[in-house]
Amino acid sequence: MALLEIKGLKVSVEDKEILHGIDLSVGAGETHVIMGPNGAGKSTLGFAIMGSPEYEKTDGTVSFDGEDITEESTDKIAKKGIFLSFQNPVEVPGVTLSSFIRNALEQVTGERIRLWDFKKKLAKAMEALDMDPSYAERDLNVGFSGGEKKKAEILQLLMLRPSLAILDETDSGLDVDAVRTVSAGIEAYKKDVGGALLIITHSTKILEALDVDRVHVIVDGKNACEGGRELVDNINENGFEQFVK
Amino acid sequence: MKEKTQVADIDRSMYDFRNEDKDAYRIENGLTEEIVLKLSEEKGDPEWVREFRLKSLKLYNEIPVPDWGPDISGLNMDEIVTYVRPNTDMKTDWKDVPDEIKDTFEKLGIPQAEVKSLAGVGAQYDSELVYHNVRKDVEEQGVIYTDFESAVKGEYGDMVREHFMKLIPPTMHKFAALHGAVWSGGSFVYVPKGVKVAIPLQSYFRLNAPGAGQFEHTLIIVDEGADLHFIEGCSAPKYNVANLHAGAVEIYVKKGARCRYSTIENWSKNMYNLNTKVARVEEGGSIEWISGSFGSHISYLYPTSDLVGEGARSDFTGIAFANTDQNLDTGCKVAHRAPNTSSYVNTRSISKGGGVNTFRSSVYVAPNAKGSKCAVSCTSLMLDSESRSDTIPAMDIRTSECDVGHEAKIGRISDETVFYLMSRGLSEDEAKALIVSGFADSVSKELPLEYAVEMNNLIRLEMIGAIG
Ligand SMILES: Nc1ncnc2c1ncn2[C@@H]1O[C@H](COP(=O)(O)OP(=O)(O)OP(=O)(O)O)[C@@H](O)[C@H]1O
Ligand SMILES: [Mg+2]
Repeated sequence: MALLEIKGLKVSVEDKEILHGIDLSVGAGETHVIMGPNGAGKSTLGFAIMGSPEYEKTDGTVSFDGEDITEESTDKIAKKGIFLSFQNPVEVPGVTLSSFIRNALEQVTGERIRLWDFKKKLAKAMEALDMDPSYAERDLNVGFSGGEKKKAEILQLLMLRPSLAILDETDSGLDVDAVRTVSAGIEAYKKDVGGALLIITHSTKILEALDVDRVHVIVDGKNACEGGRELVDNINENGFEQFVK
Repeated sequence: MKEKTQVADIDRSMYDFRNEDKDAYRIENGLTEEIVLKLSEEKGDPEWVREFRLKSLKLYNEIPVPDWGPDISGLNMDEIVTYVRPNTDMKTDWKDVPDEIKDTFEKLGIPQAEVKSLAGVGAQYDSELVYHNVRKDVEEQGVIYTDFESAVKGEYGDMVREHFMKLIPPTMHKFAALHGAVWSGGSFVYVPKGVKVAIPLQSYFRLNAPGAGQFEHTLIIVDEGADLHFIEGCSAPKYNVANLHAGAVEIYVKKGARCRYSTIENWSKNMYNLNTKVARVEEGGSIEWISGSFGSHISYLYPTSDLVGEGARSDFTGIAFANTDQNLDTGCKVAHRAPNTSSYVNTRSISKGGGVNTFRSSVYVAPNAKGSKCAVSCTSLMLDSESRSDTIPAMDIRTSECDVGHEAKIGRISDETVFYLMSRGLSEDEAKALIVSGFADSVSKELPLEYAVEMNNLIRLEMIGAIG
């Protein structure tokens, strides 16, 4: 049984249908890639899986770990083990990165965490991501550069240890070095947590060090093509033109 | 964990415990000359205080109820008990305080905080102080910190008389007059020249008796070049009858001195909080108000800074949370009466469940206050469309050589932010509570740690109905 199983999913925003019946199946610990042109509906799929109330599921099902989560609320979905790294992380004034992660961790695990243990873990994860320790006490994403926001997303991923991570263009807007550190962070997640990955990307850099199990191409809110890693190279060479009917 | 959003369900048990008070002395309900005289006799007032009370009562009867703020017709003075004396005199050791009362303050964390981080504590229960103590080393610095009645009658009687209700004369408004007539309890602080009190003093006012009023008087004199942080705490359990709080705080900040006055007022929702606070700041001195208004059915609260000396400064940082059935009229007044004075006002308000917040600021710049600066900024957060938030700035600027600015913003919680936080496992209520805590951060940052934690708990209480 797959970890994430999406069948015939249709999603509308403000009564406009964006996804017209998506199928997707990700096994535990697998790494899948989603590619597709701008506006194809990739981020929409991520938000829909995560249960955003703004994205209405009009048909189809999403199940996770054998449970139907189509109508589940976002926090419950997160607690079941799905994490979404946002394409555009939100700024939250007055809430420090550190206190937020601690709060989230306590919600997800349902346990109190000793401050000292937490700080140690956080410092270690931040070091691995080459983040300045002072960022822990800065307000969540406020005034972070695009790249810093993405690193902060991966930091949350490493701390929260979900069984499925959806990374929505986590690699875009990163400089060469940052892509390398973020990739290292994702590898660390795979290695330590053994979770599954659903990577939405326009580039191949972030995939270099990963074993990709499956590549899905989404065009105009529909599955256009599916294949192995070679599909990435194909797209890099020939673009999405070939899938547009 | 409990997650509730209905206000009726709010679990205030942490503040809501009440004692029966069977042995306490209660004066008759109402406000007549006879009652005031009896109160005065019970308290053993000196002659001048008794005269002052009678004069104030007369003014109270003459001055009309304010016609510009929230409706207080639900407050009937004939039903209010103005004086309730607990069945104990004041102690200097918690061991000697009767169990039930000591227990109250322990639940509120006062003796614990005293050991950890306070230089002195006064604890008032209904109308009288039950405990007052100041640390030896602070006492040795010459700092006076006593209950108000001993200050009136003791060694500092003249000093008290010279300053008492001079910043808040009973003519100021109806509830200042009421205060002048029935005041009881409160603290007196004198910090001598050049003395810096390293850690805060705290007075806590607990109103336990149903239908009672609390009218404590706090007088603080920070002499030249001295430095003090004073914390005031208050709370009360909820009753079905109206309770009244009409305290007065007068602060004298002398040349080059500094006083920081921090309060978290945490009243139950049957409380009418008509409190008056005024600081008079001399040359080069500064007053810093940190003010948190939680609870109460109706509040009128506008800490006032009278900047009378060149270069005097006032900083006001405030927050008010109005929930269902609450109308909080809060704000700040500043009078610039000398050159190069400055004032900064930064407030935040949160309105929820039909609650109403009104923020009033009043700025006066005298003709001679050239080179003065004033910046007022207030931000309101509306949690739903039934709640209300208004800003009423008043400015009276008598010189062109000054710099006065006012800025007001109203915001809502964005769905996007709630979704982002929920995607990390926070429930909708938790997410909103966290966003509101973040919104209040500019105020909690100004508070000592324990009080920042308490304020955060109060926010959670209003947002979720339980303390996590
Ligand atoms: N909240 C929204 N309100 C209105 N339209 C939306 C909303 N979210 C998505 N859409 C629309 O749905 C379509 C798909 O958008 P989506 O962001 O999912 O594309 P994408 O594949 O992630 O594109 P990109 O590669 O540029 O990130 C677009 O036409 C977009 O304008
Ligand atoms: Mg996208």
